Amino acid sequence: MTELSLEGLAARAAQEASHPHGVAGEIITPVNSSKNRPMYASRVKVYPKLVHGFFRKMKWIVMAVTLGIYYLTPWLRWHRGPGLPDQAVLLDFAHSRFYFFFIEIWPEEIYYITGLLILAAIGLFLVTSVAGRVWCGYTCPQTVWTDLFIHVERWIEGDRSARIRLDREGWSVRKLFLKVSKHIVWLLIALATGGAWVFYFADAPALADQLWHLDAPVIAWGAIAAFTASTYLLGGIAREQVCIYMCPWPRIQGAMFDEESLLVSYKADRGELRGPHKKGTSWEGRGDCIDCGQCVVACPMGIDIRDGMQLECIQCALCIDACNDIMDRIERPRGLIGYDTLSNPDRRRAGLKQRFRIARPRTLVYAAAMLLVGGIMLYALTHRQTLELNVLPDRNPLFVTLSDGSIRNGYTLKIQNKELTGHNYRVSIVGLDGARLIRAVPDEADPSMVLVGADTLRAVKYFIALPPDKLSQVKDGEAAFSIRVTRLDDGTITETETGFRGPQ
Amino acid sequence: MTQEHKHRDDLSGVDTTGHEWDGIRELNNPLPKWWLYTFYACILVAAVYWVLWPTWPYIHDGVWTHTNGVLSYVQRDTVRQELAAVAAGRQQTLDQITKTPIENVASNSQLMEVALAGGKAAFGDNCAPCHGSNAAGSKGFANLNDDDWLWGGSLKEIQQTITHGIRWEADDETHQNQMPRFLKDGMLPRDQVNDVVEYVLSFSGREDDKAAATRGAAVFAANCVTCHGADGKGNKDLGAPNLTDAIWLYGGDKNTILETVSNGRGGVMPAWNSRLSEGTIKELALYVHSLGGGK
Repeated sequence: MTELSLEGLAARAAQEASHPHGVAGEIITPVNSSKNRPMYASRVKVYPKLVHGFFRKMKWIVMAVTLGIYYLTPWLRWHRGPGLPDQAVLLDFAHSRFYFFFIEIWPEEIYYITGLLILAAIGLFLVTSVAGRVWCGYTCPQTVWTDLFIHVERWIEGDRSARIRLDREGWSVRKLFLKVSKHIVWLLIALATGGAWVFYFADAPALADQLWHLDAPVIAWGAIAAFTASTYLLGGIAREQVCIYMCPWPRIQGAMFDEESLLVSYKADRGELRGPHKKGTSWEGRGDCIDCGQCVVACPMGIDIRDGMQLECIQCALCIDACNDIMDRIERPRGLIGYDTLSNPDRRRAGLKQRFRIARPRTLVYAAAMLLVGGIMLYALTHRQTLELNVLPDRNPLFVTLSDGSIRNGYTLKIQNKELTGHNYRVSIVGLDGARLIRAVPDEADPSMVLVGADTLRAVKYFIALPPDKLSQVKDGEAAFSIRVTRLDDGTITETETGFRGPQ
Repeated sequence: MTQEHKHRDDLSGVDTTGHEWDGIRELNNPLPKWWLYTFYACILVAAVYWVLWPTWPYIHDGVWTHTNGVLSYVQRDTVRQELAAVAAGRQQTLDQITKTPIENVASNSQLMEVALAGGKAAFGDNCAPCHGSNAAGSKGFANLNDDDWLWGGSLKEIQQTITHGIRWEADDETHQNQMPRFLKDGMLPRDQVNDVVEYVLSFSGREDDKAAATRGAAVFAANCVTCHGADGKGNKDLGAPNLTDAIWLYGGDKNTILETVSNGRGGVMPAWNSRLSEGTIKELALYVHSLGGGK
């Protein structure tokens, strides 16, 4: 019950007077009103400055090794035998085989690739939990090619300040020449990248010859064009935008770190309070960071490592080199920016010894998972069956009555020889008394012998006939038996169970 | 006056959308401009596509059709060209099969592979309606998988049968001869028909009446041996079936044999030379021969 008081009535009268229709006129702005925020962000161009130091050297080495692997792998030869490709790494789609040195994978063995992907994923988790985004910072193709493209830009246009100046000044013959040369070199690198890609899918020397004489398949040209375009766009033009906006990994990696992971970090406990420092004055009561901004200008992502852990940071460690260089010059100890854990600043502040623990439950579990998956794969690979037999019984007609009253069934035998040499196999019947084996197309002298060439599957049609006096084995219209295939030279046996059909 | 529903995330310093779900807020990061331009470029590509290639469906004179685009590209034309190229390639092999004697095709594994595939396809198109999809046959239509052949099971004989047919009047070389209607045409009285059927059953040890079977032997000798032979094993030159084996075209039970002797039989198979090329007939013969019963 609402109590009717004079004050209450007066307040209601006043409210109704201000809202004549009884509708409360609220003043509110929609949460997504364009007045409240910029809809689209313009790109801020990044001009990374060249640094020198341990990590820059590491990155040069990693770049040389990864690009070397990428460009040279298709040219490695691996002798397998006559009629088989002699390319060490080859994805042979036309013959549905994948060759990797001594390993050869048939389409139905694609689980090996699944295993490799699982290994790669767990490996990524392990490395990330130990030392952060090592993949992003050193080995990701996006990073490697961007680094190469930035280097080309620096070589043609000069270092950071020269590039900024060039972009600010008006168009001139010199500027046009520099810009055009840069894009031409970028496109040549991109073309080489796309060109190398197609060699993984065909015999490299043969395809190179075809490309040279302009009679390569359309798909090769298409792949080269697509990869040239994407390398140029992603490595030359888009660069850090790929990592920030396109890649899902920065979003996931947050879950891979813990307070013990080694991350490229600014040691705020040592650096703050930051500020300019005059040579010769005391370092008492202030931090080691002189706010010179060298870590920011060195950053290929254009961020400030001193803002803490960020999605944009690919942890390439170039800011470490930049900062160490400054520390040497101002005669302070190196490592103001360095690989550090999230928990160490607190430990140092509390006067505890800083701690680096690589072996901890998370990393041990990842390592154990890798060992397990790797072990399973190794076992599967070493115990890989090189002889397989599939039996496809005829379904129409299920059986045929012959003039002497025998019952005949038809079977297609698919014999897979995954060895790199051809072998002779003998086909025999196990567990069907009195059965006669008949080769449908007697194309070999001994009808029970099948020659299967190196690394192929051969389908052979056989009939099996059971004379009338042996038909009692066929109960309820079917008798189970096996077809055996024996490799002649070493006696390897494989058997497949199947059925013999007859009248009910 | 204006009440700003603005909220800034302390940790990242980024504005949020203002929504809140159980204390979780969404950062309101702006989309990069190039992303927007990429979107516009996609729209542009779509528009160019509409102009160049078939796109929009519409009804013309009550029939669904579509815009053709200025390139007038029709995927069916590509398919037609590809099929024509395949057919041209096949024709070459078919010509070779036509020229080569049938036994030599069988011993040439390369031609044989093509012939068997072509024969299987031609069988499905032409023969399956009577002989069944895998030549298993049915009553009155021979099972071509077995080893019993009315008119011979060698490659040459099968080729001859397919080419000229059986009792196909339009073809002079067709297989003639047929089972007479012994009862219907008054050639044999009813009791003799019964006796001879008992005798025929005795070939496979299935006679009901030994005395009738014995009597039937004389009837058989007088009327049937010309075609079926003294031992009842038939004669493939006359299309007379072997009466001693386990295979019966119309059925081997007593009533069916009675019906056969009384009313005769005269199944017809067309002569295919007027409809199929010599090469295709050869492929068919090779295919049928390979089904397991070829002689």
